[in-house]
Amino acid sequence: MKLAYYPGCSLHSSSKGYSDSFVAVCKKLGIELEEIPDWVCCGASSAHSVSHLLSLALPAHTLVQAEKMGLDMVAPCAACYQRAKFAEYEMLNNPEMKAKIEQVIEMEYKGKSRVLSVLEVLSMIEEDKIKAAVTRPLTGVKVACYYGCVLVRPPHICNVDDPENPTKMDRIVALLGGEPVDWPYKTECCGASHIFTMKDACLKLGRDILQVAKDAGADIIAVACPLCHVNLDMRQTQINKKFGTSFNIPVVYITELMADAMGIDTSDMFRRHFVPVEIKRQA
Amino acid sequence: MKEVNLTEKWKQNGKIIEELIEHSGVDIRNCYQCGKCSAGCPMAFVMDVSPNRIIRMLQLGMWEEVLQSRTPWICALCATCYTRCPRDIDLPKLMDAVRVITYNKNMVDHVKNEKIFHSSFMKWLYRYGRIYELGLVLDLNLKTGNLFNDVELGLPMVLKGRLDFLPPRIKNKDLIRRMAERARQIEGGQA
Repeated sequence: MKLAYYPGCSLHSSSKGYSDSFVAVCKKLGIELEEIPDWVCCGASSAHSVSHLLSLALPAHTLVQAEKMGLDMVAPCAACYQRAKFAEYEMLNNPEMKAKIEQVIEMEYKGKSRVLSVLEVLSMIEEDKIKAAVTRPLTGVKVACYYGCVLVRPPHICNVDDPENPTKMDRIVALLGGEPVDWPYKTECCGASHIFTMKDACLKLGRDILQVAKDAGADIIAVACPLCHVNLDMRQTQINKKFGTSFNIPVVYITELMADAMGIDTSDMFRRHFVPVEIKRQA
Repeated sequence: MKEVNLTEKWKQNGKIIEELIEHSGVDIRNCYQCGKCSAGCPMAFVMDVSPNRIIRMLQLGMWEEVLQSRTPWICALCATCYTRCPRDIDLPKLMDAVRVITYNKNMVDHVKNEKIFHSSFMKWLYRYGRIYELGLVLDLNLKTGNLFNDVELGLPMVLKGRLDFLPPRIKNKDLIRRMAERARQIEGGQA
């Protein structure tokens, strides 16, 4: 399988660990990636509040670049994924909007290239292939899979098994030998970019998510979105300070967890975290 | 609670609301006020008006009140409401449509932080085609006057190699500006 890779702004800067682990895991699983040349920002978190048409045209521009490469496009960042899916949906279902978007990007979308999330790509890989790549199974490691919102909603846009109780990430954790915990906050919202404008409210949302994960017995939280990661990992000390809690829960990208289980050197990825990452396997 | 003459309200604003329904494609007339949206909303606890009440206010023509509410800007667009709505009302799309209108009419003084955030974000997007995270954070701290916000995270971010000093750039540096211009011409807004 070969895919056009749309890293997006975060994976190129504050969330390099997500990109590094994603690229390494793809290599291990035989997925070839080619970065889309001169990709542009998807517009999240602002363009959609300024202009509906521009917010669709930005990711459409990059999707058409992928189509020119003759490849489907994978966007590991959940926000890039959702924004690109909105553009794809409008261009496939709304001819009037498609015409407007094409006028803005001055290119035509033929409808051949599709947008894929990390979880969609991974669910295309045979289970045996993933299992075979695991050299350090996550034996006894309890993982709370946190999907957040934009990866799974709205359901007519995002390709997800169940928007209230998604399972694709849990399945991967199980294949890695870990134990996905059953918990009710899988798809709660962390507040995303509201952390910049309404910090107190977002810290409260983060506190709730960490608390429920802890109550469910999780050792670690797995995410697939740079903003979920920032709000739960980088902000964990601020949460503890504000609420008098003492959370010390590592928050890792699902691809970092895969890399670690597949024997890939994760020290440089985990060095970038705020909460020290310790994966305590049972002997 | 102040008194509102609803007959007058609808006379004044009925047309605007109908245009909003037409333009956004979200038919708020279908809402029967079950309140499921507000029950599941993760941000409702900080909203001045709950999501179901925003819809009710629109149904009644209370347009000015909706424009003055912080709720459309507090909505995180997580779409929990829309996923659960028995009447299939796309609330995030509605909230975004209200945001676009208030932003472009510069009626955003009641949401100063959001105004600062979005105008900085768009500035860097137009300039570089990608987001300059350091520039965005500096703008926020300077313009909100909250100079030392998150200052404790700055150095670790640098040491962990997660904060680039120089902005990213795309090769075609006028691309986004030209796209925004064409979008503005088509939409008639101020993208």
